[in-house]
Amino acid sequence: MSVSAGASTLAQRPGQAAVSRLACLLVQPLLSRVVRKIARNHLSLFARLGPHRSTDFLIDPVELPFALHLRPDPQALVLRAVPRDAAPRAGAVIRGRFLLLLELLDSEEDGDAAFFSRDLEVAGDTEAVVRLRNALDDVDGSIAEETAEIFGPPGRAILARLRRAYPSEPEGHPFP
Amino acid sequence: MSNPELICPAGTPAALRTAVDAGADAVYCGFQDATNARNFPGLNFTPDELRESVAHAHAKGAKVLLALNTYPPAGKVDLWRQAADIGARLGVDAFIVADMGVADYIARSHPGIRLHLSVQAAASSPEAIRYYCEHFGVKRVVLPRILTIPEIREIRKEIPCEIETFIFGNHGLMVEGRCSLTNYLTGQSTNMDGVCSPASDVEYARHGDGSMSSQLAGFTIDCFGPGEKAGYPTICKGRYTAPHRSEGYYAFEEPVSLNLSRLLPDLIDAGVHAFKIEGRQRSKSYVRGVVSAFRRAVDDIRAGRQANIADLVALTEGQKQTQGAFETKKWR
Repeated sequence: MSVSAGASTLAQRPGQAAVSRLACLLVQPLLSRVVRKIARNHLSLFARLGPHRSTDFLIDPVELPFALHLRPDPQALVLRAVPRDAAPRAGAVIRGRFLLLLELLDSEEDGDAAFFSRDLEVAGDTEAVVRLRNALDDVDGSIAEETAEIFGPPGRAILARLRRAYPSEPEGHPFP
Repeated sequence: MSNPELICPAGTPAALRTAVDAGADAVYCGFQDATNARNFPGLNFTPDELRESVAHAHAKGAKVLLALNTYPPAGKVDLWRQAADIGARLGVDAFIVADMGVADYIARSHPGIRLHLSVQAAASSPEAIRYYCEHFGVKRVVLPRILTIPEIREIRKEIPCEIETFIFGNHGLMVEGRCSLTNYLTGQSTNMDGVCSPASDVEYARHGDGSMSSQLAGFTIDCFGPGEKAGYPTICKGRYTAPHRSEGYYAFEEPVSLNLSRLLPDLIDAGVHAFKIEGRQRSKSYVRGVVSAFRRAVDDIRAGRQANIADLVALTEGQKQTQGAFETKKWR
């Protein structure tokens, strides 16, 4: 089973494709560095992925100009920024606001709750998504902060600014 | 007033540490196989992880309860026996069991370790509970979520063991331990394989109008409108049409979570010994939020203060909550 990225993304504005490609070029060196470091620090998470270490995940932060292609194979790790119109067919797609995805990465938010509220969207191989979620949830500490640390004070400042920029308000219905 | 224990879920070692840090008196968990009712991909503990987790919990004064709460298929009891032997060797504080054969094996092979009767055993009468106590030495029963508080109070007077009740989490009860809906569609059994709506059979499809349908084994079990809150992809929470109901309706139950935060004093007064939080499949974020909220609430009640429980509705299924049968048998 595989799914494409394009089915539910917003229509591109004029010039957006060029912006997307430029953004991918700019962030790719950072992503390569980050993914190698995180994988080195958290080897145990690969065991929980089981057969889905070779699955292609498309992680789609809806407001960014690109998506992320992840293949969590410890022997050939892939994390790359891809323009949505050039994204590979993926085994599973995970889509939501960037900060929500960051918070899910760090278990600051609950994936099921984000799914219930429809803030998080998944498509494709649900087992792959569940395995990735459980593998990441068994990581102690904050992957986002580890990532920020790689880039020192500027990294920490950017993360703090991101978190301030996205106030989250719980929704829901009280007792009937 | 009794001093109820807070029994908390953990699907991973990190979640177990989170639960302990958040104030769990005991954490329940399972192995990565069919011996427990949350046999989900990427979830649960290896024996090595359980060894480290038991040591961690004990060092912090918390207990570890090992869920062996599924039913071995005929002729395949070895997996359950081996799991019990490993758990005993690793020093777990109790086994949570549903099957009589598993209970009997543990009672004979590891008589020094407590047996708790799982909600999956669906023991809801004093006679049934006493049977497990007399024959297998069960020390605690986890009551099915189909009893009112007055009924729990009456049962308490007639049984020789402790009572544990769910206070928060998934409310997909049906006839607990006897639900075969998943088996009907997927061929996998909730009660024997430990999987309700296995992820490998679940698929979500987003449609052009923003609605989303959830499918199990190719059958559409619900379709959520744009922005409508969603629930788990379980058959019991699905919406269906029928010749006399052209609009989709909840034929069994609605997506809703149990939340008994307002009823804690009544449950304590009824003689409940332990409060259980559902959710081994949930994240550390859920464990941290729910366990710490109920820790504060229980401590406040014990100290004679008004419990001021945090708003947990954002963590509930369908973002709706209920007091279910604990409040009234008319909840549905």
